[in-house]
This record gives sequence, structure tokens and C-alpha cells, in this order.
Amino acid sequence: MNATLQSLIRAVEEADSSTKMLEAVENLAAARLEEAVPTLIAVLGYNNPGAAVAAVDGLVQIGEPAVAPLLEQLDRHNYSARAWAIRALAGIGDPRGLITLLGAATADFALSVRRAAARGLGSMKWHWFPNEELLEIAQEEALEALLFVAQQDEEWVVRYSAVVGLQSLAQAISTTHPDWLSQIQSQFEQMANNDHNWAVRGRVFWAQQQLQAKAQELQPADEQPSPLSAMDWHLIMEKLYERRNQERLVFPEGDPRRYRELAVAIAQDNNDS
Amino acid sequence: MVNEYGMEDDNQLTVEQAIANLQGEDLGLRVYAAWWLGRFRVDAQEAIDLLVAALEDEDDRTNGGGYPLRRNAARALGKLGDRRAVPPLMRALECSDFYVREAAAQSLEMLGDVSCIPILIELLKDNVPGTLPATEPPQLAQPYDAILEALGTLGATDAIPYIRPFLDHFIPRIKFAAARAMYQLTVDPQEASQYGDRLIEELSNDSLQLRRTVLADLGAIGYFPAAEAIAQTLAENSLKLISLKGLLEKQLQQTKLPDLSLEAIKVMTLMDELL
Repeated sequence: MNATLQSLIRAVEEADSSTKMLEAVENLAAARLEEAVPTLIAVLGYNNPGAAVAAVDGLVQIGEPAVAPLLEQLDRHNYSARAWAIRALAGIGDPRGLITLLGAATADFALSVRRAAARGLGSMKWHWFPNEELLEIAQEEALEALLFVAQQDEEWVVRYSAVVGLQSLAQAISTTHPDWLSQIQSQFEQMANNDHNWAVRGRVFWAQQQLQAKAQELQPADEQPSPLSAMDWHLIMEKLYERRNQERLVFPEGDPRRYRELAVAIAQDNNDS
Repeated sequence: MVNEYGMEDDNQLTVEQAIANLQGEDLGLRVYAAWWLGRFRVDAQEAIDLLVAALEDEDDRTNGGGYPLRRNAARALGKLGDRRAVPPLMRALECSDFYVREAAAQSLEMLGDVSCIPILIELLKDNVPGTLPATEPPQLAQPYDAILEALGTLGATDAIPYIRPFLDHFIPRIKFAAARAMYQLTVDPQEASQYGDRLIEELSNDSLQLRRTVLADLGAIGYFPAAEAIAQTLAENSLKLISLKGLLEKQLQQTKLPDLSLEAIKVMTLMDELL
């Protein structure tokens, strides 16, 4: 560990006010060092929103090396830290986070988490997928989840985010799956006419215009190779199949998704005042 | 009871039950029912009549002389969108309870009926007899921010001379409300932008709570030049997004969809980054 990194981490650990904490985290994040990951993840649990935003930004910049530790973080109990970790995973777009994002976009209590996950689902690093079969299952799950969110979510900003996600996904699948593309387009068509929120409708029109413009030009391919191991893919595939089968069932007793609407109602009341 | 969001309400209150509770003996249930009817936007005739009657309630008093039921009834009536509530809400502006007046001013703003402008101006000038100050420090005489915001939204250009002095009020949120109203009421775009720019400056205020307040004010007036500053200020993304939504909607009103102005696209670009 080099001296700069040590002093940056020490500044985070010793910060005695929220302003100093924010500054220290921003500095640590700006260094973009892989070794900073554990400290940045710890910050997600400090209940300091400003610092957490900076830490998420830092983790997204660091990218792939942060994914495994973030997924470990999700197993712990601190809900607010979980939410931030999901936001970071959404920003990174690593396929190992896919299953988590699918669940978060469709069923999380917190609208900020559903919002981040929906956007993240559209911009996964699809080119990292090792074979057509797995890519197809993953994209189909993302498509279904995003269509569900666009149609069902009560919060305008989550539907807005689903539109952004669907636009990215449409760009990714436009040549391989024209049938999905037309599903997305007809969803946009419907929202353009029927969504009661003007901001959402505006975003739909913009998505439609960008898709039309993009139809003429080819996407530049991102050549960065996938760092994922065969074991990673095995696990992703297993969970994807598991999710596929589960979705055909009604949510069982005790599944948090059963209570989401209630939580939304309570949150709505707080927002009203 | 399935409300507008298509979901079951938490404690299974029905419209009938809420209406019954509002007339019942239990004061706690009455206050809750008044809030509930507004929350779920129950705009049935009977609900409105009862809420209007509740504006005159004498049974429910706090130790400090406040009227909790009247406050909730006044808040609910703003959400129900029925202009029959305007005259009774105007009478509520003369209530001794500061918070009843505050709720009434906010609801009159939502109902958008300009007939209340003269009494709002009198209240702003603290010329309404029998009104008592707020019970906690700094014991403001009137709910100035609510009155200023209502006057701005209602297009009360006559009120400009009385609003202007509040631009330097010692309480920041009242100062912001005055700037916001002046922006809405000023015809000359250059002069109006001075008031918008005052709000932009406050996005660098040291207090997070005040930055949040300014975000709401800028969203409410949809002041486009604030877009970048909103995206960059230190506050929760959720609040920045709501504020930018106000700017976006203002832009969308100025073109006919699906046409999007460059400004609208600029705002959406900023919003995308905050998701």
C-alpha cells in the first residue's frame, strides 16, 4: 500500500464531521485505486448520504474489481448500505450483479434503488457474456423486468429510469432481436400516449428519437475483455434459471415483494407533506 | 378500499368509514379521517361538505389554542380540487391559529382561484385582526412563505410592492419564497431572471436544509438557467431529480410533443446522470 493511499484512507477514518468525511471520501474516490475498495464500501454503511454518493461514484469508477466485495456486502443486514451497494452495482454493469439488479428493479422498497437498478439493467456489459445462449436469457430477463417496471411502477422517476434502461437495451439488441425491439417500441408508443407524467412522456419521445437516429449508425464496440471466470458464469447461469422458474410462481408468504406496495404507500405519505 | 394507486390501504379505512369517523366522537379518529380523505383524494360531495364544516370545529384544541382538525381539513381541501372550498378557506385565513392559516394559504394556492388574492395581501401586511403569531420561535406573525408562494402562483401582480420587502427577510425560506414569487410575477424577463439567479446562488448555501428548500423553489418555477447548478449542488439525487422535473415540464409546455427543445434535452441529459 503506497503512502498516498494510506493517508487518504486515514483521512476517511479520522474525519470527525460530515463535511470532512465527504471531502475525504471524494479524495479517496478520485484516486481510483483498487485498494480503496474496502474503505469505500465501509463508507456505504456510515449513514452519511453525501459521503455514500461519493463512495458509490468512486466504486463505479473503479469498476470490475469492486464487484465481488459489493456482492459480499449485500449479504449483510444494514439495509441502507445494501441500497448503496446496489446503486454501485447498477453503475458498474458487471454481469455478476445482474440477478441482484433484476430483483432490485422490480421489488425493492426504496424508489432510489429501483430507479438505479432499472437504469443499470439496460446498460449491463453485454459484450462480456461468453455465449449466445446465456446472453439471450439475460437480456430477455432484463427486458421483462424493465417492461414490468415501465408499466407498473407507481413512481414517475422509476418509470423514467425504466425508459432510459429500455432505450439502452433496445440499442444493444436492435440487430439481434428485432422482435424485442418492436416490443420496446410498442411499450414506448403506449407510454408516449398514456403515461400521466409529462417528464416520463418527454423522456419517451427522446428515447424514440435517439433510437431512430441510432438505426442509421453502427454502435462502436467496446473491446474490453470479460474478466469473469468460468465459475462466475456458472453461478450466473444457475441463478438465472432459478429466477426464471421462480417467476412463474405467486410470491410466497413472507416474500418482501408482497409488502412493497404498503411500503410505497407509507413513503408516499411522507413525501406528500 | 382500493385507492388511485390500485393498492390496498394500510389500515382498511373505507370512504364510508372515514366519513363516519369525521363525524364521530373520537377526536383522534376525526383528525386522521380528515387527513385520510385528502391523502386518497376522496372528492365525494359529502366528504367536501364535512371537511368544510370541520374548518369551523371548536371541539379539538391544543394546549396552545391550536385547531388540529381545522388544520387537517384545510390541507385536505386543497388536494380535493373543489372550488366550493374557496370561500370557507378564505375565512380560515382569519383563524387565530397560525397553522390553520398556513394550511389554508397552501390549499388556496392549489385551488388556483384568484378571488382570495385581496385577503392574502391583507394577511401578508399583517392586517387581519384576531390572528395570533406562531407558537414557537421566532413567533412569526403570519405564515409568510405560504402566502408569498400562493400570491406568486396565483399571478397576483398587485401584490408586488408588498412582496418586495420580503426579498431580504431574515428567515431564508421566506426570502426564497419572495424571490420565487417575484420571478413568477415579473413581466420583464431580464428583471425576472435576477430573482431566479438569487435562488441559484442559494444552491451553494452551507445548509443542506436550505439547499433542499431552494431545489423545491427552483423546480416549482421551472427556472431553466438553474439546470446545471441543480445537478451539481450537494443534495440527494431524488430531490435534484424532482427539481429538474419541474424544469423539464416547463420546457415541455413550450413545445408541442413530440417536439423537444434543446433545453428539454439538456435537462433530460442531466436527469439521466442522476438516476
